[in-house]
Amino acid sequence: MRCIYADNAATTRMSDAAVKAMLPFLQDNFGNASSLYSIGQRAQEALSSAREAIAAQIGAEPNEIYFTSCGSEADNQAILSAAAAGARKGKKHIISTAFEHHAVLHTLKKLEKEGFEIELLPVGEKGNVTAEQVKNAIREDTCLVTAMYANNEIGSVLPIAEIGKVCREKGVTFHTDAVQAAGHLPIDVKTQNIDMLSMSAHKFHGPKGIGALYVKRGVFLQPLIEGGAQERGKRAGTENVGAAVAMATALKEACDHMQENAEKVSALRDKLIAGLEKIPHGALNGDRFSRLPGNVSFCFEGVEGESLLLLLDDKGISASSGSACTSGSLDPSHVLLAIGRPHEVAHGSLRLTLCEENTEEDVDYMLKVIPEIIGYLRGMSPLWKDKVSGKKPFVI
Amino acid sequence: MALYSEKVMDHFRHPRNVGCIENADGVGEVGNAKCGDIMKIYLKIDGGTITDVKFETFGCGSAIASSSMATELIKGQPVEKALELTNKAVAEALDGLPAYKMHCSVLAEEAIKRAVKDYYDKNGIAYDKSKFPPDEECEHCCMV
Repeated sequence: MRCIYADNAATTRMSDAAVKAMLPFLQDNFGNASSLYSIGQRAQEALSSAREAIAAQIGAEPNEIYFTSCGSEADNQAILSAAAAGARKGKKHIISTAFEHHAVLHTLKKLEKEGFEIELLPVGEKGNVTAEQVKNAIREDTCLVTAMYANNEIGSVLPIAEIGKVCREKGVTFHTDAVQAAGHLPIDVKTQNIDMLSMSAHKFHGPKGIGALYVKRGVFLQPLIEGGAQERGKRAGTENVGAAVAMATALKEACDHMQENAEKVSALRDKLIAGLEKIPHGALNGDRFSRLPGNVSFCFEGVEGESLLLLLDDKGISASSGSACTSGSLDPSHVLLAIGRPHEVAHGSLRLTLCEENTEEDVDYMLKVIPEIIGYLRGMSPLWKDKVSGKKPFVI
Repeated sequence: MALYSEKVMDHFRHPRNVGCIENADGVGEVGNAKCGDIMKIYLKIDGGTITDVKFETFGCGSAIASSSMATELIKGQPVEKALELTNKAVAEALDGLPAYKMHCSVLAEEAIKRAVKDYYDKNGIAYDKSKFPPDEECEHCCMV
């Protein structure tokens, strides 16, 4: 059976180069980077090189990069630090967007309980925010704007440079969750006026369990984890040297091939979108043009996402959905609700996220299998039957 | 461990009794599109015995599997026996469901009860109303 991995926004397969870079640090160069002796110092040097390599890819200085365990940790630390700095000046207003990742939204929820005022900008039907919206929302007491670089579910790419410019002009700290963007879209923290930026290695063919937070020099950062003096006192815990080295390798590889990968993957994406649009009563989620190269997200009426995913898995296709049943909660994805999809349609969502390892044949196979499965599920769906007979209205 | 038991996956992949019955003696529908699952059961009843049963379901894997198993459990049974079918029995027959999916088995139990109630109503057969789920909104949505 064909095996098609189409969930690259969830995680990616490690590249050969990243695995090769990581292995020596598991056995030969296993030393603790804080140790004085040679094998420890070799680890320290490798860690420094990794930091430099990552900084170079986003236009930052090496001492502005802090390794974390994941993107969520980076988001938490950035937001909580900016909030603490704001609170000291009596500034407790934070601006974000309605379709952020839960690592951001749940951190903001926590701050709200502690007395911060959280303003989530609406993202409209296409799923985007403008710099104008951010500008209009900024107040005297705004201490942070946090807006994702690209959305993980519907692939929207936000105008980060424009938002950064507005924030810089107003003197407000700007954080962006670039977990879906790093390695896929160009990042330059200086020209884009980014103060803090989160990324995660496993989204660009690096290992799981490592992320990084960029913090512009002079911007306040407090530790989430107390302990030793690692990461210049901002993140205690023995450094994951092998993972850091592999992350740097994967990021460099992704950035070196960014243009050609984007061209290849967006062509596959567009072919997949065009094919899926032929399915009646389905609709693309998000903006067709301002979109991550690999993201395809649809809602189909009359079917439920989990059963769709299970049947796709039986056909060798790994995909994801924003249906409530796939999340273990009652509500479907907050992102789909934020762009105005009604609950019943959001339950029928399908996300396929491609990478440069996918092929035309993969797309052809998916375009053969997906309509068949949707047709089969609709055939046993009383909801679909009621819509076809006119008892209930079609929503899309 | 996989999300679902082999039995759930078998009934999901090869659902028994899918479809509708024209001129059914009793039809019951529960759930709503907002919650993401709707289940509809059709009964053919002859001399107090369920001679045929079909279902249509919009929902997740466990909703489809629960419908399939529930129809298997009541097929050929006296109507009274079908009324005794509990959601627990459906879940057990499927070798268990994850805790947050138990409401799917509740839907199956309620859909059958509604179909039987519809049969009683159509035929002027007296019954104890308290033994049937209320006609309005499903309550299972608040259970999880």
